[in-house]
Amino acid sequence: MLGEGILKGLGETARNFAGSFVSAERLTTVQYPEERAPVIEDTRDFPFLVYDGSDWEAGLRCVACQICEKECPPKCIYIVKSTDKKPDYVGKPQIYPTRFDIDISVCMSCQICVEVCPFEAIKMDTQFELSTTDRFGGLLYDRKELARSNEYYHSIHPTEAAEVDARLAEEKAKAEAKAKAAAAAAAAKAAAGPAATAAPVAAKPATPDAPATAAVKPVDMETKG
Amino acid sequence: MSVVFYLIAGLTVAGALAAVLLKNTVHCALALTVAFAGLALMFLELDAQFAGFAQILIYIGAVAILVVFAILLTRGSETPKDGVFGAKPLFGLVTAAGIFAVLGWAVLHSAQALPGAGGSPTPAPTVTVMQIGNALMDRYVLPLEIVALLLTAALIGAVIVAMHEKAGAR
Amino acid sequence: MIEKADQIFVLLAHWLVSFLPAGLQHVAMVLLGVVAIVATFPALFAITVLLERKGLGRMQNRYGPNRVGPYGLFQPIADGLKSLTKEDIVPFKADAVVHFLAPVLLVVVVFMGYAVLPMGRNMTLVSMDAGLLFFFAIGASTELSVFMAGWSSRNKYSLLGAMRAVAQMISYEVPMLLSSVAVVMITGSLSLNKIVEAQNQYTYGLPHWYIFTPWGFAGFILFAIAATAETNRSPFDLPEGESELVAGYFTEYSGFKFALFFLGEYVGMMGISGLGATLFLGGYSAPLQVLNFVPSWIWFFAKIMLAMCAFIWVRGTLPRLRQDQLMNFAWKFVLPLTLLNLVVAGMWRFMGNGWLRWVVCSAILLLAYVLMARVGMRKERFGPRIYRYAE
Repeated sequence: MLGEGILKGLGETARNFAGSFVSAERLTTVQYPEERAPVIEDTRDFPFLVYDGSDWEAGLRCVACQICEKECPPKCIYIVKSTDKKPDYVGKPQIYPTRFDIDISVCMSCQICVEVCPFEAIKMDTQFELSTTDRFGGLLYDRKELARSNEYYHSIHPTEAAEVDARLAEEKAKAEAKAKAAAAAAAAKAAAGPAATAAPVAAKPATPDAPATAAVKPVDMETKG
Repeated sequence: MSVVFYLIAGLTVAGALAAVLLKNTVHCALALTVAFAGLALMFLELDAQFAGFAQILIYIGAVAILVVFAILLTRGSETPKDGVFGAKPLFGLVTAAGIFAVLGWAVLHSAQALPGAGGSPTPAPTVTVMQIGNALMDRYVLPLEIVALLLTAALIGAVIVAMHEKAGAR
Repeated sequence: MIEKADQIFVLLAHWLVSFLPAGLQHVAMVLLGVVAIVATFPALFAITVLLERKGLGRMQNRYGPNRVGPYGLFQPIADGLKSLTKEDIVPFKADAVVHFLAPVLLVVVVFMGYAVLPMGRNMTLVSMDAGLLFFFAIGASTELSVFMAGWSSRNKYSLLGAMRAVAQMISYEVPMLLSSVAVVMITGSLSLNKIVEAQNQYTYGLPHWYIFTPWGFAGFILFAIAATAETNRSPFDLPEGESELVAGYFTEYSGFKFALFFLGEYVGMMGISGLGATLFLGGYSAPLQVLNFVPSWIWFFAKIMLAMCAFIWVRGTLPRLRQDQLMNFAWKFVLPLTLLNLVVAGMWRFMGNGWLRWVVCSAILLLAYVLMARVGMRKERFGPRIYRYAE
């Protein structure tokens, strides 16, 4: 029947109109800036630098390897290496960046710097309300502005941060085990040195076993705990 | 002759002059529309309501649009390169003067033929639309039917011309 | 008391004019009426624009504008300020005089149409014997303004939009005139006051509005379709559609001139709604006899706003018609039905009072509608493509 479709359409629109006053789930508008749409976990906006512990300078994971600077497509990262070294989370002395600038007006949030960082030092933040009145300097973030704690990283990307922490702990444990084994070997060598003239054959097979088992035990306890 | 008459007459004459003298053809068409509007106002001033509104509806609403479409769909919208006036202005002037003389004689002669001639002009009888309708059906039914036939022929002709184009392109 | 509320504007005008000497009183009365119209309808325009934006939003499951003022009520003021302060750009090669005159002509013409509408008892600005003809004559001049706007911009897309708009407006003017002619036939007069008077009678409390008769109902629907097309309103808004042809014939207009076109379109819509209300919905008369205590001008404006809501509703529902679909619809469907409506109206008049005329007239109209629908909805068989070249 001609005109039937039009009448059905008019009924549909009338239902929409009336329903929008009555039921709340029809209007899916998020009234920004009073409300904000929920942010999903994998949101990425601009990078930030992770630091462990409470002192951002001491705990900064970045070792200024400059891989992210080289890989960044629009070249928005600028790094200046330090001349001295400070110990990292494992204990090994590493160089650190004295300058780490990211120009977020250039950054295109491609996450390549995060993918290539071997030290889990740079991660993506979820903040986007970063507008400022200073067109040039206000969007250039330096080392201090970029540093955020590991707890903050946990709060914005929980699963990712948990994975990263597990990986880092594993590496740390492996490094500790290696260090203990090396220390034990050195101690054994030193202990075996003076006693070499007395009973070199008898002492050598006996002593390496004990430090080896002693070294294995703490590692087992650590991985289990 | 009141002030209103002179104003309306001035508007009509200005429009007609502009329609002849302007260079851009579409401007001429729009000036012609102003002349039509002036004529309609003249009808209204004489209390011929139906004639005035019919003038606006038909002339401004349809004829002016037709003129403009015709100018646009042909090549007439470009300004002629060698001026608007023809090569022999004298011939045109003579023709125009002759026509003006004939029309003027007809108007002045018909003014004497009216019943109130020679003295004070009597007010014209007010003609309502109903009287016009009755007259069309009583006295003037034959012209009405002939005009209807003419319009139908024009419509059918337009449809045939358009169909021929379609058939020609096939 | 009811009488006073009904005539309050007339009494107010008389009182204001009584301060002037007797010679100027007539002119002052007319001037006061003009000022009232020029003040009221742009205010209604502002309300309508807001209603449209919020209404369309709700129909599309979203809020309309709700930032400016509480619930977005001051949005029209913001829009007005914006259009006033925007830079007025006239293209270099455009015809400056015609470019300027086109919106002026449009606004003048649509406001002139209000002169004959009876907005309440004794509230017609100029009571003319051929009032309906005046309204249509004035409406025909809007096409000229549209053409002027499109041509003077020296822009191919504007010109194309203007040609389409003018073709559409001319095509739909014929059904609009013919459907009102049925009303004129039954009433016996072209004067809008007499048409409203004829509908102002009540039988058992129900009014004699023409929409409650078979020919009047069909006539009203056809008039509404033609009015939607005349004012270039969705679903017939191809000439001004935002996604086609940029903005059609007012592409090159910015700032206040664009606002004038917008104003002209909406004020024209309200004028045609007013005419439709006068012709078919009884003008200023109340729907039921018991409601006569409400002033007549309230009914008139209520009917206009109802018509605007219907326009907005239809805009939110229907997709846009293509130009050839539009023209086919006008000449092959609306026009034949309008002619048939004339015949049916004549039959109604000469059949005498009684139930027979209701049955016969309704049957003829329904049959015609169904037959045309069957013919129109036949599947087109597509043959090889035919190319027509512009010579």
